[in-house]
Amino acid sequence: MKKDKNPLKSFLFTALAAAAAVVLLILFPDNRTPALNASWSFFIELVEILPGVMILMGLFTVWVKNETVIKYLGHSSGIRGIVLAFFLGMIPTGPLYVAFPMAASLLQKGARVANIIIFLSAWACIKIPQELVEMRFLGVRFMALRLSFTIIMVLAMGLFIEKAGGYRKTKKEPNRGV
Amino acid sequence: MQINGTVLFVNAAAAAGLIISLYKNRKKTGKALQIALKGTLKMTPALIMLLILIGLLMGFFKPEVISKLLGNQSGFIGIALASVAGAILMIPSLIAFPLTASLVHSGASIAVAAAFITTLTMIGFVTLTVEIKALGKRLTFLRNGISFIIALAIALLMGILL
Repeated sequence: MKKDKNPLKSFLFTALAAAAAVVLLILFPDNRTPALNASWSFFIELVEILPGVMILMGLFTVWVKNETVIKYLGHSSGIRGIVLAFFLGMIPTGPLYVAFPMAASLLQKGARVANIIIFLSAWACIKIPQELVEMRFLGVRFMALRLSFTIIMVLAMGLFIEKAGGYRKTKKEPNRGV
Repeated sequence: MQINGTVLFVNAAAAAGLIISLYKNRKKTGKALQIALKGTLKMTPALIMLLILIGLLMGFFKPEVISKLLGNQSGFIGIALASVAGAILMIPSLIAFPLTASLVHSGASIAVAAAFITTLTMIGFVTLTVEIKALGKRLTFLRNGISFIIALAIALLMGILL
């Protein structure tokens, strides 16, 4: 995957952001409580879910063979692979940022880029509980229409990115021997 | 409520997987844990950044502010504004949908509502750092950029049809 050219740099950015946040919150005391509350509840969510996700990812990397991923989500997986990618993304398994490491490990094992884009997008915006909430607040027609458009567009985007990004021809060499 | 179920599911799956894996092969399990730890460490700075950004966004752009900003917006400018707001903000969907409904009630058009919801869920401005760490710059920018265009397209289509 991406090599960190300079881990110091990302820490420096983070430190800068932290400093800016502190200054802002001192200047605007009214916004302090909602800001801290939001960060705190996000932190709790992170602590609750991230270790489990990372362990699952580690187990997945070690136990699932590259050939399996290539067979079900690789270039020759066709429509079945696409359907599987949608389905995997739709399982309610938490916020989008936990999907990124999973997507990375699927990619490493030879899944095609189109399927990874579909998986991530489905994860982000096609969730059964979410659709139910949307239906309740915005109506069946709004929900159904938006859902159908989203599915079509996501599929198109996946195929387009794969093609336009030149991912089609790149031979996937597994980075990690299992 | 939704989150708790998810947390339970993920952790139960991780625990079960770990036990089975330990039973089958100790060495491989160790390696899996090592990969998990390395991955977590690699993501940590990006996650801290996310923590800070979310706090600031939620602190400064409270639902009332957004509501006022996008309230009676319509037309292309409204859609563009809503898309940008949706891309930048990160609101849990349980709050996002009632908020969007209130936008519609206060006069925003259907297209604006659709644009807002779509970019809100699909694009993570604050999670960009995490996404880049995991998937690389090129894929991240392609995905988010095209998602933005898609959101505009969906919004326009819905505005025409509804």
